[in-house]
Amino acid sequence: MDGAAILERLRARLGSSVIETHAQHDDHTAVIDRAALPASLSLCRDDADLGFDILMDLTAVDYQKFPGREDGPRFEVVYHLYSLRWNHRVRIKVRVDEDDAVVPTAVPLWPIADWFEREVWDMFGVRFEGHPDLRRLLMYEEFVGHPLRKDYPINRRQPLIGPRI
Amino acid sequence: MAETTRREIMLGEGSGTGTGQNLTVGMGPAHPAMHGIIRILAEIDGEIIRKADVEIGYLHRAFEKDCEVGGWNNAIPYTDRLNYVSPLINNFAYANAVEKLLGIDVTERCKYIRTIMSEISRVCDHLTCVGASAMELGAFTVFLYMIKAREFLWELIEDVTGARLTISYGRVGGVRADLPDGFEARVRAAFKQTREVLDEVHRLLTGNRIFMDRMVGVGALSREETIGYAITGPLLRAVGVGYDVRRASPHWAYDRVEWEVPTQKDGDNYSRYLVRMAEMEQSMRIAEQALATIPGGPINVDFQGRPIDPDTYVDLGKQGKTEGLLLLPITLSPNLQGQNRTALERVTAHDKRVVLPPKETAYGSIEGLMNHFMLIMEGYGIRPPQGEAYFASEGANGELGFYVVSDGGDRPYRVRCRPPCLPPMAALHRMIEGEMIADLIPTFGSVNMIGGELDR
Repeated sequence: MDGAAILERLRARLGSSVIETHAQHDDHTAVIDRAALPASLSLCRDDADLGFDILMDLTAVDYQKFPGREDGPRFEVVYHLYSLRWNHRVRIKVRVDEDDAVVPTAVPLWPIADWFEREVWDMFGVRFEGHPDLRRLLMYEEFVGHPLRKDYPINRRQPLIGPRI
Repeated sequence: MAETTRREIMLGEGSGTGTGQNLTVGMGPAHPAMHGIIRILAEIDGEIIRKADVEIGYLHRAFEKDCEVGGWNNAIPYTDRLNYVSPLINNFAYANAVEKLLGIDVTERCKYIRTIMSEISRVCDHLTCVGASAMELGAFTVFLYMIKAREFLWELIEDVTGARLTISYGRVGGVRADLPDGFEARVRAAFKQTREVLDEVHRLLTGNRIFMDRMVGVGALSREETIGYAITGPLLRAVGVGYDVRRASPHWAYDRVEWEVPTQKDGDNYSRYLVRMAEMEQSMRIAEQALATIPGGPINVDFQGRPIDPDTYVDLGKQGKTEGLLLLPITLSPNLQGQNRTALERVTAHDKRVVLPPKETAYGSIEGLMNHFMLIMEGYGIRPPQGEAYFASEGANGELGFYVVSDGGDRPYRVRCRPPCLPPMAALHRMIEGEMIADLIPTFGSVNMIGGELDR
């Protein structure tokens, strides 16, 4: 399946849950409604023709200071999927607002989502509903704030905490 | 309960009665037997690890945040420090992601240079990994031999980039400098020596009873779990999946050389060792073929005349004596002291939005000077159009991906590095649970954790 066919399949199966699609720089991308995310990811993994068996990457982008998108949903959670069987890729995105930054977890589908989601929580403060153990991954528990948010100043210092005993 | 390990079967040790209280021990973050800063909290029953939790983040340096405050090229030195054993691959993968965003293509010669240098780096990385894991099992000789071989290769890297570790050799749109004269002969000589070392190591380790007892059947992960944990690279190929980014989506010159993707089927530490050993040979094959067929690229020799050295050229330009200067040929000295026009044209894209003009052009013509300013001044520089791009390259540990987002400005809006050794670390607890504490060491070694890219 080429990228256009993948997006076509997603649109056919998910209907209006696919908010928009694009194929910028040949990276085929679908923006999905949050409510349909678990269904979409299951479809991507389990549909025989899609067969996305690897969650290659999961990250987020804070669009707070992006020209033209200051008022839109603040965060985009980005899933990069890859299919070993078909050797194709797709990017799935979900938009969430700052005051409701919650996304359903993908841990039941791919165990790697555990750490990736912990990192996104750590860095962006996006919560993953249903995650078994949503702790910070890279920063320490006492750290205040989420460093990759655009309103977190790069020069802010926080006290170093010694090892927990 | 975990299954009995091969070692228990061999030594007849019991797996514990389960009546006693388990003990929780913390290994790391600074532990003499671990070559990386992580903390493993292990719940042990006798010598068997029942449950483990891996804590990372001790080397977090805010790579992704730092990238957002400088220009697009300013992130290149930071990428050196992701996987510091094979920094060239990071350089090139990041540069290529930005190029994808800009929609530009680098010169053919540059593609070959990236291929060759990436493969040399990959051999360095595998040598370090295999050598260090062997040392942790007591085979200190192997470590010394392999570091010796790595030294041959690092000398090559030093020849080309001028540095050994923090090389910063990639550029958006090309590479910093051309390959030096006589490089091919030196590579062949270094590969010959490396092959001798690999042969020696094969005779020392492959089939060695002590080594195999520690490696065979230890730290194994099933094919399903490996895929579920998004593990790529040698660990995925060790369970029999021949996925390699260089083969699946060929970039640079990988589709123009002949090579194989080595696989094993057991998924244990020994299979990973064998995959890495086989990959080093394949990497050397790729580099040799690419060196043999590297295209020359355009060199402008459009008139007769005595070449002048770059320093004199720059001096003349600074004094304003620019008449006819652009037509003068410049003595080729593709080292890092002075860029020169012809060498730079071979290895960088012909795109004025991205590539700094050679010093001779910047000083010798007003167009060159303006071009230089436009790339250096704050608020100008490289400005990819708004959008996003993901580029994956095969790092030494697996798929190294860069996801870059541009808001149309001169700074990256977001740079995300998909670190190849994070997924295996996320799965490390699955590899060590049910095994003995001593088995943690070879398993951790075979994962080849690189703190720089794991914690970013």
